[in-house]
Amino acid sequence: MGIEEAPSGFVLTSVEKFAGLARKSSLWPVTFGLACCAIEMMATGGSRFDISRFGMEVFRASPRQSDLMIVAGRVSQKMAPVVRQVYDQMAGPKWVLSMGVCASSGGMFNNYAIVQGVDHIVPVDIYLPGCPPRPEMLINAILELHEQIRDEPLGKNRQEIAEAVEAAALRAEPTSHMTGLLR
Amino acid sequence: MTTPDEKKDAAQAVNTAAQSSSETALEAAAQGERTPLDVVSVREGMFGVAGTGDTSGFGGLVSTVAMPGASERPYGGWFDQVVDILAELLDASGTGYDAAVESVVVDRGELTLNIAREHLVEVTRHLRDDQDLRFELSLGVSGAHYPHDTGRELHAVYHLTSITHGRRLRLEVAVPDSDPTIPTTVDVYPANDWHERETWDFFGIVFTGRDDLARIQMPDDWPGHPQRKDYPLGGIPVEYKGATVPPADQRRQYK
Amino acid sequence: MTTQTHATGHLFDAETEGLSTYEATGGDWSDIAEEAARLGEQRIVVNMGPQHPSTHGVLRLMLEIDGETVTEARAGIGYLHTGIEKNMEFRTWTQGVTFCTRMDYLAPLFQETAYCLGTERLLGITDDIPERATQIRVLMMELNRVGSHLVALATGGNELGATTLMTIGFTAREEILRVFELITGLRMNHAYVRPGGVAQDIPAGALDQIREAITGVKRYLRQLEDLMLGQPILKGRLQEVGVLNLASCMALGITGPMLRSTGLPYDVRKAAPYCGYETYDFDVPVSDNADCWDRMVLRIEECYQSMKIVDQVLERLKASTGSPVMVEDKKIAWPAQLALGSDGMGNSLDHIREIMGTSMEALIHHFKLVTEGFRVPAGQVWQTVEHPRGELGVHLISDGGTKPYRAHFRDPSFNNLQAVSMLCEGGQVADVVCAVASIDPVLGGVDR
Repeated sequence: MGIEEAPSGFVLTSVEKFAGLARKSSLWPVTFGLACCAIEMMATGGSRFDISRFGMEVFRASPRQSDLMIVAGRVSQKMAPVVRQVYDQMAGPKWVLSMGVCASSGGMFNNYAIVQGVDHIVPVDIYLPGCPPRPEMLINAILELHEQIRDEPLGKNRQEIAEAVEAAALRAEPTSHMTGLLR
Repeated sequence: MTTPDEKKDAAQAVNTAAQSSSETALEAAAQGERTPLDVVSVREGMFGVAGTGDTSGFGGLVSTVAMPGASERPYGGWFDQVVDILAELLDASGTGYDAAVESVVVDRGELTLNIAREHLVEVTRHLRDDQDLRFELSLGVSGAHYPHDTGRELHAVYHLTSITHGRRLRLEVAVPDSDPTIPTTVDVYPANDWHERETWDFFGIVFTGRDDLARIQMPDDWPGHPQRKDYPLGGIPVEYKGATVPPADQRRQYK
Repeated sequence: MTTQTHATGHLFDAETEGLSTYEATGGDWSDIAEEAARLGEQRIVVNMGPQHPSTHGVLRLMLEIDGETVTEARAGIGYLHTGIEKNMEFRTWTQGVTFCTRMDYLAPLFQETAYCLGTERLLGITDDIPERATQIRVLMMELNRVGSHLVALATGGNELGATTLMTIGFTAREEILRVFELITGLRMNHAYVRPGGVAQDIPAGALDQIREAITGVKRYLRQLEDLMLGQPILKGRLQEVGVLNLASCMALGITGPMLRSTGLPYDVRKAAPYCGYETYDFDVPVSDNADCWDRMVLRIEECYQSMKIVDQVLERLKASTGSPVMVEDKKIAWPAQLALGSDGMGNSLDHIREIMGTSMEALIHHFKLVTEGFRVPAGQVWQTVEHPRGELGVHLISDGGTKPYRAHFRDPSFNNLQAVSMLCEGGQVADVVCAVASIDPVLGGVDR
């Protein structure tokens, strides 16, 4: 599995740093624009906001050649299997950015036709609210994701952290028990 | 590209047709006749709550929902002319104006003809082909569901435009829930193809005479017809910091 | 089929002429023959989309192809269906604006205006809408038309591989979006046009900024023209492709630039004027050849005509400064005047001072309008506007309540997309992309 099997300690940290830097510097998105957010995403790719400075102007049409799926727009029930299929076709490591409130939580469309959040279908790494989010907001989300990718642990470190996160999630209070917060 | 003169002539022809029709339509509206109303359903109460939950006092409010009913002659403007020509054509072909056109409604400057479904195709053919009617452009079909209007629950609404004469017309066909079939107008106006499919998808109105009536917006195996009034909006309750907001069709709201 | 591959091949040319040739290397002859027979009977159906860089949105095209020729083309839609029309039945008339605006997201102000014009007709207040509100509506619609056509040209170019058209088109559109942000607060999906008028007046200094923006857009349009109009490759790809003559357009109910490219100057702004369009001086560009090239050139022409209208509106807006932008009837007029405060945009403090301190009626009106909304007398109405893609029709049915009983939008893209079969069949696969780009569908409007 390549760098995943690197030894621990000092060598692993260096490999992590290098891999993280390489991965975040040329993250290629797959063209997954669905609705209004897609237009803002295209505007971000345009010359005024220019995500080319982050190495991301190549929107690959083929999911097999891309790393990042920016789900931009409302995901309808008919589109949901397509989202999953495109996600599955992407080669790891892959990340998902759900752009806009419709992709994050169903947005203003709380009805029969819209999947209430694309995280019902694919695991999301970063949520970006907005209707539609400004290109600057999208760039902010992308830069946050870049930091997440840059600092991502590999190998043994990854396992330790995953176990710690799982333990914390099992201890955490469920949302339905958080009552009385609006007082 | 056409020469500027030809363009101007064509544009002017469209303009004059438009002006004359809009003027006459305005005249028709200004005649200010009271159109009799057609009770469709009765609304009780003001908010969504009934019984002891309603402390406002508005619970006893009873209001009737009444759509504009059949109008009487003269309809105003060019409406009379169109109805007369259509009556002439229908009587000449043996169908009979009274059998085909159930009622004529003139409301807010628009002409609506309620057509019996058996004669819909013939009526649309006359409207399209006769040189004084010439409603060449069909702007689609859509549906409406009036669950309280027993025997006439599902309506299919057609909007036609005459570019030649600058006129707009609405045709409405009402069918019962138990037998929601309407003959297809795709042979007269091919534009209605996808619109009919959408109306089937959302309301369950079956357009007979075509073998390719399939769902178009919803997934092919979706059960039910979403835009009917008895189909729920289908949202999920939204939880935020311990409070729950129900979906839009289950909230307490003004009727 | 008559490549000389071996010495004695020419002896059988007469017998083998016209037959399909299969190249095979190695393998059993009977297997090869079986495979060849099977291939000849098989239909190759290629699925383009719904995720595809060149289909203008989540459109699924099912093409049956024979080599490079498309023998059958079908469009599958519904991948963006949001149930907006049903949603609107559970929101008040004013809230409906925020929903219908997101249907065709490249021309949101057209949906808003058509919906508000229809609602105002149902209310019977069409004559009471202030002049300035109507002028602002015209300004916003025409700017939106330019923006939408720029996206059509940009994405069309991008789909053909001409990425520079995309960058120039989107940069030009940014000028217009800056103006929208100045006036409405948002770049897209504005919810700015409300039943009764517009949400708030245009800020001071906006007129000059709009003039500058128009100058910028004209400069970028000239760049686009320089790139597009003399280009032999673009001409080769777009001319004589996707031809749809007048009879077909009328039969299929096609409106907009597609219909005008056949020679018929049908424009709702001229045929059934609304918002005072009969008082503005503008032309309706038409052309004759009804192919993709003509439609593209028409869209550029329409941009120039729209900017001509914008120039006229700016003059009128200068003259009508200070006039109200909402209808006078306090039981319908949207009460809140928005302003930028220390914590962002919200109700202006003047307005709060008025309703809390001065006028009890204003407070009651504000409360009732925001929570209940106004009641609209029963009836139905059909309102059309000239949308960048064709004729947008809004069918509104009111049952006398605070929410629409039925709101149906006859979206022009939905109707025009039916033509994809007629445009593509018989042509090549590459022409499908050009044809769909020339229809310029926006799937948000198609699927609603």
